[in-house]
Parts: sequence; structure tokens; C-alpha cells
Amino acid sequence: MKRTKTLLATTALTVAAGAVSAQDMANDMTLVSWGGAYQTSQIKAYADPYKEMHPEVNISWDESSAEAVAKLRAMNEAGNITWDLVDVVAADAIRLCDEGLAMEYDPDELLAEADDGTSAEDDFGDMIVSDCFIPQIVYSTTFGYRTDMVPEGAEPPSDICSVFDLETYPGKRSLEKRPINNMEWALYCDGVAKDEIYDVLATPEGQDQALAKLDTIKDSVVWWSAGADTPQLLADGEVFMGSTYNGRLFSVIEEQDQPVAMMWDMQVFDLDGWIIPEGLDDDALARVEDFVKFATDTQRLADQAAYISYGPARQSSAPLVGQHAELGIDMAPHMPTDPANAANTLLYNYEFWADYRDDIDAKFQAWLAQ
Amino acid sequence: MTASTDVPEKDADGPMLAADGTPLKKSLSRALRVQKLRALALIAPLLIFVLVTFIAPIADMLFRSVENQIVSDTMPKTTAALADWDGTGLPSDQVFEDAYYDLFVAAERKEHTRLGTRLNYEQTGASSLFRKSGRGLDDIGEVYQDQFEDLDENWDEAQPWAEMMGSEDWLAKEAAWEKGSRLPKFALRDGVEELLPRTAEQYEIFANYTHREEGDSLLDEEPWSAVHTALYQDLSTQDVSGYGGPHADMLKAAAALVASPDFQTVSFTDGFGEIDKDWLEPEIWRTLKLYAPKYTSGYFLNSVDMKLTPDGAEARPENERIYIMLFKRTLFMSLVITCSCILLGYPVAYILSNLPARKANLLMILVLLPFWTSLLVRTSAWKIMLQQQGVINDVLVWIGLVADDGRLTMINNQFGTIVAMTHILLPFMILPMYSVMSTIPHSYVRAAKSLGATDWTTFWRVYFPQSVPGIGAGSILVFILAIGYYITPEIVGGTTGTFISNRIAYHISTSLNWGLAAALGSILLAVVLLLYWAYDRIVGIDNVKLG
Repeated sequence: MKRTKTLLATTALTVAAGAVSAQDMANDMTLVSWGGAYQTSQIKAYADPYKEMHPEVNISWDESSAEAVAKLRAMNEAGNITWDLVDVVAADAIRLCDEGLAMEYDPDELLAEADDGTSAEDDFGDMIVSDCFIPQIVYSTTFGYRTDMVPEGAEPPSDICSVFDLETYPGKRSLEKRPINNMEWALYCDGVAKDEIYDVLATPEGQDQALAKLDTIKDSVVWWSAGADTPQLLADGEVFMGSTYNGRLFSVIEEQDQPVAMMWDMQVFDLDGWIIPEGLDDDALARVEDFVKFATDTQRLADQAAYISYGPARQSSAPLVGQHAELGIDMAPHMPTDPANAANTLLYNYEFWADYRDDIDAKFQAWLAQ
Repeated sequence: MTASTDVPEKDADGPMLAADGTPLKKSLSRALRVQKLRALALIAPLLIFVLVTFIAPIADMLFRSVENQIVSDTMPKTTAALADWDGTGLPSDQVFEDAYYDLFVAAERKEHTRLGTRLNYEQTGASSLFRKSGRGLDDIGEVYQDQFEDLDENWDEAQPWAEMMGSEDWLAKEAAWEKGSRLPKFALRDGVEELLPRTAEQYEIFANYTHREEGDSLLDEEPWSAVHTALYQDLSTQDVSGYGGPHADMLKAAAALVASPDFQTVSFTDGFGEIDKDWLEPEIWRTLKLYAPKYTSGYFLNSVDMKLTPDGAEARPENERIYIMLFKRTLFMSLVITCSCILLGYPVAYILSNLPARKANLLMILVLLPFWTSLLVRTSAWKIMLQQQGVINDVLVWIGLVADDGRLTMINNQFGTIVAMTHILLPFMILPMYSVMSTIPHSYVRAAKSLGATDWTTFWRVYFPQSVPGIGAGSILVFILAIGYYITPEIVGGTTGTFISNRIAYHISTSLNWGLAAALGSILLAVVLLLYWAYDRIVGIDNVKLG
């Protein structure tokens, strides 16, 4: 995505960063995240080391990322922003930026450069999908399946289209209760070439085609709306296979030792990161900028991968990814970006879904309710 | 009480007077008024509290269902110009010009993407069209900005512009301004408005923006490219040869440049077409025209599966209709849940009210226990009970009623929602029933029996009619609670067991279409009030007793 920054915004930032010295930083900071294992990884990799360096700082956490866009909008209307830094998925960051609720920033100004001197903008590269988005991790939405429920005589599923193959792989599947990803997978398995998926999906015929393909498995689908649903359904044996975030599946497989395996084919990459709310006062902003610079540097992003199987968004962090902090296993093979896992992938199309989300969702929900 | 003595005969039976001579009626009503005011003053704190914290926010939220200022606020000139457009073909270049200036300022303020998001609810693609245009608009103005700059670098300097456009008086104040103090209000130089009308207008907009939103001096900030575009437009139509103000030579040279055949121009229509071809389709302009009014019926039409079109309201295509069906489903399922609550709750309430107090209290605790348990825990517990690998299916398979591969689907559908919600709402039915039943004297039942009635007749003719007010109260409570229920259908509803409230929640927190959410909420509120009114007419609200 091409970005142009107004000179004005940049100067404002420079002035803010330069004029406020360390003494003028607020000591209370409210961070918003997703809770669960992901938030724990952030606390261990960023917040705890930061507090060691700055014992005067109090960090409180709010587990509201799922409703962050609506809540930030409400806060903005009430004129009272109580959050300092918010963890959101990239699509939400783009919407917050569109609504003027998130602050635009200059990567080279705000973020630390890589150890070899590569500028932050180059180190993060394409991951900076919006002028407001500070990338953190790459995650993917992918499938897991019960190894003990693979039918006798059948190969374990390794192809995304096995989701639509009820003959070889009978049993229930869990899919997310929204069109995003499901429509792409349906078209792909209906014979649409990967690079044409979005062209086809932009047409009403293409949308009907995707829904028709999903219709073939509709009776066997359990629809989920929370990321924890599929892991639970898999653990209970309620479904044979299901889509969810790869970190959740890692935890089911490696930490809970369930008979579940990954199916990485056509995993959909997505990004998660920070946004700074628009309208913070100077000392709060100074503290947040200081924290963000620390929390997104090469080492910190690599450290986070020791607690959760999401890939660091910086290129320079990848070689530093080590072992899981408790299990002691190598984390690299569990990263969605690992070459063995990333043979066939799709990247979440932010622009397409920003435009078509409302339209396709209306059709998708009407189809679901039939 | 004395009547005055000199009243004429015909007024003898006129108004009675109070001791102070005022008519009694007046005096009484004054006393009553004082009493009423005193009563009002006593409840005032509560009334104001309810108004401020409850009624006002709800009214504000519901008001969003018709509010649509964003379009005309963001693009005031364009929407005004579109009023004269007949909706066929493309609008004139004048409309594109207005759109250019409107969007340019909106993009500086970062408001264009908000408008794009708003219009994307009506027309797919508006979101990225506006986002893209915010960046692309600079290309139009830069055509002129670059040529003026090549002619004379002063065209890209803040100071000459300010000196040319601003009044002497203002310039002196602006020059004396220091950071931290108030910026002097910008004033145009005399005559500049007649000489360069568009440039003056655009420079004034730029000046106000720079002062108010950036807090910068105009002597430091060079104008944005929309001002250069306006200057080109003025110079191509106005005669500046008589101008003798500051930088007259610079302006005349620019006028000569504009007049020369080498000067490059781009029409606004082409400029927009360059940014995105969608601007050259009439559809986006029709949408803008349709949603230009400050208030719209669009959200309400959307929430009854219709849409606003230039020819009036129209039904949506079949594969997008969902809300009417959801409203019907919500009402139907709430009714089923209410009936199940009556059937299950009535015997419990009957037993409770006829047991000795000690045993009744113990049972009462069992009824209340679910009340004290988290809603989420109870709902999740039903999930574990009802799922295919769950407790009930396991038992059915174990006793052989159901084959292992034919396990029943009891969750993630209507059945699951009805079971879970009946369980959750049952106490709201039992409690009003119990409190009514415990006031029914036992002697009535004994009297009926002693007069020879059978058990059934006694119950049906004597006991039941007296317990009806309890059923009424419980039904209203359960039905109204059920209609607005959200979390349970969300967790156990799957696709066929979700309510309209789930869509409202979706539009509040995920799609951010608060207008549509407000319209759906308003309709739901109206339906509940209507049913309440109907209930009052049929059963009579006086027949409802909570105890």
C-alpha cells in the first residue's frame, strides 16, 4: 500500500517527541489486548522487561481488543480516551485510521531500527499496512484436525479442499461465522485460481458460487465466533476439523497434548499490532512512544515467540526466534511463516474486505439463516 | 366564607370566594399546584437521574437511526450542487469542481475516510474510493502548483501568499504573534475577494484550518494545492491587469502564464477519473445525492429488508433479506420460551405456595440458586449437556436409545436456544406466580370441594382463575426479557437460533453501522410497546400482579 505522509503530521510528531523529556512522561499506562495466552506473551516479552527498566511505571491491562473499535469510537464521542495503547488486528487498525481514531506515525521516527542498522520502515516492510498500524506479529487462520478421527484407509488431510470433501472425511467441521476466509477457501476449492479469487469474489456471481460451495457442507458445519471455540470443539471430539488461529492450535497440540494435528494448506496470514489512540495528552503520548519503541524492537519481538507460536513482524527478528520458554521445544517449525508450513498461503486482503465486508456479510448471514 | 355585599343580583350564586377574597376555585388550584410542585421537587433528583442517565442516552442512540449529517457536513458544496442534477449521465464539471474542493479540505481534516465508511454501507466500494481519493486529489492541484512554482518560487512560499491575501491590519498582528498566544483572526485584503473570488475563498478555508487545527502562523505555512487550483481558475476568468497590491508583478506574470498556450490544465472530471474510474460512473453520485439530506429513512428501510433508491423504497434482493425473518423468529421463539416457562413454572409455583413455610423456603432457594450463578456459566453448562459428545447424548447412547453414529443435534440450533433460555428465565416466571398463588385463600378450594366439586373442577373453576394475574405478570416479564436476549442465543444459537439482538450487537461492535443498529433497536422497542399495549387491551394491565 502506497503511503504519503503530510509534512504537518511529521513535524507535529517530531516536536512532540523532541520537546518532551523523560521527566515529562506519564507513569500510568493502560494497554489493551486480547487476554489469554497472547496477552501473557506480551506481558512476559515486553511489559515485564520494560518495568524492570522503569520501575516507576504502572501498566494496567484491559482485555477489550475484540470490541476495541466500537469502544474507541464511543470514547472519542464522549471526549474521554482512557486507553494509551491498543492491540488490534490490521483490519481494525485500518478502520480506526479511517475514522480518525488512531494516530498516524512515522515508522523511522517512532520505531527502533534493526541491529544491523536497517531502518524500521524497511525492516517491517509491507507489514505496515496502514499509516496508523504498528505491526507486532504475523498469525494465521488455519485448520486443525483430530488425528484419531481420520477414517480408516484415508490419508490424514493435507489439502484445504478436504474441508469440502465429506465423502473421504465425514464428520463435522467448525468454521468462523463470517464470510472472510470461508469465501476464499470455497472459491479456491471450486476451481478458482488463487490469484483470481478476489476478482471473482467481487462479482455477485462469484459470491453466489462461493456460497453454493459452502452449501455443500452447510449441514456439517458448526459456526464459531470466539477463537476458543474450535480448540474446545476439537478437544471434545465434537468436530473432526476446524479453523482457528494457529497459536490456539499450538496450545491444543503441544501444551494440552490433544490428538490434534495442523493442516497448514491455504492458511490465511493476518497481522496484529498496536495503534496509539488519537488525542492522548503530551505526557501520556511520550510514555507510550517510549514503550512502543522498546516493545517493537528486534529482540522483544523475537522474545515473544518463546511464549506463543506467532511469527515476529520484523524480518530481523526471525533468526533470533528460539525455544519455547516452558516446553523447551524449537519454535521455528511452529511458526506460520516457516517455509515448510507456508508452501501454499493466502494473505488477508484488507482493501477488498474493507469495501465488501458489509455487502458480502449481508448475503452470508442471509444464507446462514436460511 | 363571605360573599361580598355589593355584588349585583345576578352574581349572587357566582364564584365562591376564599377567606382572602380570591375565588375558591383559584385558591384551591393554587394550593394543589404548590402541593404538586413540592411532590415534584421531592422526586426531582430521581427524575433528573433517570432522564440524564437512562432516557437521554437511549434517545440519543435512537436518534442515530435517522441522523445523516455526515454527508452534507463533509461535502457541503457538492451536495448543494447535486440537488440540481437529474441523476442521469454524469454530473457537470461544476459538481466535480465542488467535490474537489470539499474533499480536499475533508482529506486534510481526515474526514473523507469516515464519509467513505458511511457511504460504503449503501454502496460497496465507497470506502476504498474515498480513501484513495484523499491521496489522489493532490495530483490535480500539483499540476498548477508545479507550473506556478516553476515560474516563480515565491508561489510556494508562505509569506508572499499571506501578504497578497491578508489585510494590512491582520498581517501586522500575525507578524507580532508569538507561540502560545492566540492567533489573530484572518481578514482578507480589501478588493481581493472581487479580484480573485475562488482563491480568496480557498485561502480563507486554508487560513482557518491552519490557525484552528494546526495552531500555526500563516507566515510559516505555504498554502495547500487547492489554493493554487483556485488561483488558476481565477486567472483564467478574471482580469488582473488593474491590480496594484502587494506582489502585483508576480500575479500578473502568473496571469500571463495561464493565458499562454503552453499552460497545462486538467479538467476536474478527468482528474477524478484519473484517481479512480468509479468517479466516472453515475452510481456514486446518485448515492451522494440520495444521502445528501440531513435526515434519512435509509436505516429504517434497511432494517425491514428494503433500500432507498432514487425512485423511492424498494425491496432488497431475496438473497439479502434477513431482518424481517429475524424479527419474526425472535417473536416466535420468545413466545415458545414464555409458554415453556408457564408449563414448567406453574406446577413449581403451585407446590411452593401450598407447602409449609419451612419446606417452601428450601425449595425457594433451589429456584433462586440459578439466579446467583453467572449467566455465562449456565449457558456453557447447557453446551456441555446438549452437545453431541455431551452428557445427554452419552446417556442415550449408553442405554441404547440412540445409535452412536446417530447422536442427536440439540445445540447450536433453535432447540438449544429454547432449552437454555427457558432454564435461565424460569425464575422470572415462578416468582410472580408464587407471590400471587400464596395470596389465594385455601378456604376457597375447601369450600368448592365441600360443595361437591371434583378436584379438576375445583382447580380449573376456582383456583386457576385466581392465579391468572401471576401468569400474566410472569409472561410479560419473561417475554420482554426474552425478546432482547443476546448472550445465550449467541453462544448456543448456531445459525437458526439467533435473535435480532445478535444482529444489533454485530452492527454496534463489528460493522460499526450504528445507524442501522439504532433503527433495528427502535423497531424492537416499538414492537415491545405495541405488544404491551395489546396485552393491556386484551387482558388488562390491572390484572397483572407481582404480589
